[in-house]
Amino acid sequence: MSMNSQGRPTSPSAPSAQPAIQTVSGSRGLQQREDLIFETGSTTKTGVDLPAPKGGMDRLGGVTRKKSVGLPGLSEPEAVRHYVRLSQQNYAIDLGLFPLGSCTMKHNPRLNEKVARMPGFADIHPLQPQSTVQGALELIDQLATWLKTLTGMPAVAMSPKAGAHGEFCGMMAIRGALIARGEIETRTRVLVPASAHGTNPATAVQCGFTVDEIKADARGRVDMEDLKSKLVDSSDIAGIMLTNPNTCGLFETDIREIADLIHEAGGYFYCDGANFNAIVGRVRPGDLGVDAMHINLHKTFSTPHGGGGPGAGPTVLSEALADFAPVPFVVEEDGVFHLVEQRSGEGSEAFGRLCAFHGQMGMFTRALTYMLSHGADGLKQAAEDAVLNANYLQSRLKKVMTPAFDGYCMHEALFSDAFTAEGIETLDIAKAMIDEGYHPMTMYFPLVVHGAMLIEPTETESKAELDRFCESLLSIAEKAKAGDESLKAAPYLAPKRRLDETQAARKPELRWSEPDKIAAE
Amino acid sequence: MRYLPLTPEDRKEMLATIGAASIDDFYTDVPEAARLGGKISGLPDHQGELAVERHMGALAAKNRTASEGPFFVGCGAYKHHVPATVDHIIQRSEFLTTYTPYQPEIAQGTLQTLFEFQSQVAALTAMEVANASMYDGSTACAEAAVMACRVTRRRKVILSGGLHPHYAAATRTVCEAQGIEIVQLAPGVDAELALAEAVDDETACVIGQSPNVFGTVTDLTPVADAAHEKKALLVSVFTEAVSLGMVTPPGEMGADIAVGEGQSIGNALNFGGPYVGLFACSKKLMRQMPGRLCGETVDADGKRGFVLTLSTREQHIRRDKATSNICTNAGLCTLAFTAHMTLLGEKGLGHLAQLNHEAACMLADALEGVSGVELLTPRFFNEFAFRIPGDAGDVLEKLDGLGVVGGVRASRLYPGKGLDDVIIAAATECTTEADIKAYADALSKVLA
Repeated sequence: MSMNSQGRPTSPSAPSAQPAIQTVSGSRGLQQREDLIFETGSTTKTGVDLPAPKGGMDRLGGVTRKKSVGLPGLSEPEAVRHYVRLSQQNYAIDLGLFPLGSCTMKHNPRLNEKVARMPGFADIHPLQPQSTVQGALELIDQLATWLKTLTGMPAVAMSPKAGAHGEFCGMMAIRGALIARGEIETRTRVLVPASAHGTNPATAVQCGFTVDEIKADARGRVDMEDLKSKLVDSSDIAGIMLTNPNTCGLFETDIREIADLIHEAGGYFYCDGANFNAIVGRVRPGDLGVDAMHINLHKTFSTPHGGGGPGAGPTVLSEALADFAPVPFVVEEDGVFHLVEQRSGEGSEAFGRLCAFHGQMGMFTRALTYMLSHGADGLKQAAEDAVLNANYLQSRLKKVMTPAFDGYCMHEALFSDAFTAEGIETLDIAKAMIDEGYHPMTMYFPLVVHGAMLIEPTETESKAELDRFCESLLSIAEKAKAGDESLKAAPYLAPKRRLDETQAARKPELRWSEPDKIAAE
Repeated sequence: MRYLPLTPEDRKEMLATIGAASIDDFYTDVPEAARLGGKISGLPDHQGELAVERHMGALAAKNRTASEGPFFVGCGAYKHHVPATVDHIIQRSEFLTTYTPYQPEIAQGTLQTLFEFQSQVAALTAMEVANASMYDGSTACAEAAVMACRVTRRRKVILSGGLHPHYAAATRTVCEAQGIEIVQLAPGVDAELALAEAVDDETACVIGQSPNVFGTVTDLTPVADAAHEKKALLVSVFTEAVSLGMVTPPGEMGADIAVGEGQSIGNALNFGGPYVGLFACSKKLMRQMPGRLCGETVDADGKRGFVLTLSTREQHIRRDKATSNICTNAGLCTLAFTAHMTLLGEKGLGHLAQLNHEAACMLADALEGVSGVELLTPRFFNEFAFRIPGDAGDVLEKLDGLGVVGGVRASRLYPGKGLDDVIIAAATECTTEADIKAYADALSKVLA
């Protein structure tokens, strides 16, 4: 209830059918229309005040820009409004449950952000003298210790900049080991389950290997018979890339046997650590026979996803691969930290350098802050709560939806579209969730399940929130089951209706151009 | 534990709903030998905010920041001022805590900023199209080399003597794994044009840099012409994005692919990351680009909107045949870049570039006035190399003792290449005249 200007309480007038309201501004209440900066800004406007140049200095030797850049500027208030308006067209974890399976959209603690912005971390240069960055090197060393301890692995490469970059790092270490064994020419085949993230086969190929796909069995795990048949002639086996817990949200029951089989075949075991968040403190990958595994700091250790990055993918390595880590790396000697930046010649098997500097320091500060906040006890509790939340959703949702596999899941629950009526598909359910105020689950992945819906709530959702989510999703699922055609055009209430992705791909417009220029084309 | 909403009662109730006796029921698939009892030893238990902040603050306090005094380190990362507005914008929950915009109806905020980012990068580099970012400049460079091989169906890449050695190393790592031959030309302060001589009929691309790692600016047009004559591509690299406000951009030199580091716009030094890799190319190569692309389209009501597009290039669709394995990119760093660039606009960017150039000119004048100093870089933007009598490492250490962080010793980037007496120094709009005087005075003292 609100007060009007006379102080009298106001109440809504008698309910009436809502007319289809068209606005002149293009805005709809709090949902503000916002044009492109190229339409609202100007090249002569700027939102920064800089001291006047002195003039008369030129050492460019004529290597100067000939044409204008064509960059619009906005004043500060206009710029702030532009981005705040745009922000309000985004869904985010801070707004609600974000059940994107395999992506681990958990709460991003704000202490992480505060720490990452401490000048002692944010305002230091990667190439300033090492004596002036001892705290930074110590931080990398501390984070490395946590990662090694939690995974039970002896070494870690810190420089990979995201999960796929970590995969590349691990597979390059395997490549290095095979070169050292003199077998790189013969061992070229990498086994990858059909359920794998797309990055796995792409990475294997990028490292010069060929991909051999292994099937999933009826329980959503690696089909052991298929695996064994692929190992009958194992002389060309370089290794396996396996996600565990896997992309169906299940723990690979036979993982020890798989590791043994691969090792006996002379290959190495790369584990995709995207789902490590389910088992932190309960299982150490080092005890499962893993040779290399990347850890997505932006999944398991709460660094923000930021609309698609930046990530960080430190990669732990077994004894067999430790010597093949890339440069640079940190070593401690009598309390002094050194950054080793070059191959030291003999005895060094490092495969080289992955990127310009030492990795995603800004993510390291956030991840270590998170680890210290949770501690060994809290990290384990977080993993257990993530698994409990997923199983709670699975048990409630299976009343209408079809679980892809029997039994308990780990940190995410996977459903197929078997329960939907003809003509209604996973996409329709996903889009209807938007109207209910939720981000959709991961859809059509993993590929081994028809119309897959992969739901990962994470540990940072309360039971009350999970219950609300179940009510919404169950009501949509009922409609899907009944063949309710209204789902086909959802969402109705989002900032935009369904977007035409076909048109975008057929006639790609990847940048703004002058309207008359477009007409001329 | 402040980040965990479930209470012990919730957990009990939820287990009952599920029909499980305890949490252990969910972990029975774990091989028994690998199950951990209790908690992992050797790590501390949870702590409150204050304790954690103290721990991290103590580590931070052991580092000398770039703002503490005269600071001249560059070579691929630059100390610039970032407007307060930029950091505010990237901390908006809706940008900070969202995912890759795979559901465009509720991600137009991210998508429109990506579209604007791509448009800005294309304009800045004077190229036709740009992608939605790579991890950093060095990985963008490696991807460009691989893309050039894909486009030309050739397997040889030639790197200039002024390409940042870390970029060269990252490119070598990626190329060698795919059996691509790398030819590295000898390091040289002013040797970019040697690429024109080196290109041959087997060459997929030549990779040159301007400003290069020694700060030298070069018009690469002759290299582009020579490359195109052999049906090879020119990949043009930059590590200082601000330079493009003044210096000839890749597109004006005939580059086919432009890659670079965007850290200078909107992003802090962060000890090397996260940064933002910029990647642009000609329109005809668009479908061979790595990474995400945002494109314009319409929604069901005919309203303009944006989506991720041409995803059949990408790993999540094309798997082993993808143009790259990249998935996560530099999301939030692209937002910082685009927000800062929007505040600058063309006017502000040009102005900022001029201030950078003037600071470097004043620094060069001051250091050239010090007895024994020999300036090596013939044409520069905001960074240059100079020779001193003696070992650069020793000199920089003594300068450090006098409160001046004087730059990068070239031998750190090029060990064993006879560059032990060379220092590379950068100046930016953050460099004051007092800083410059302090450097010249300190260097005089050290070299005396």
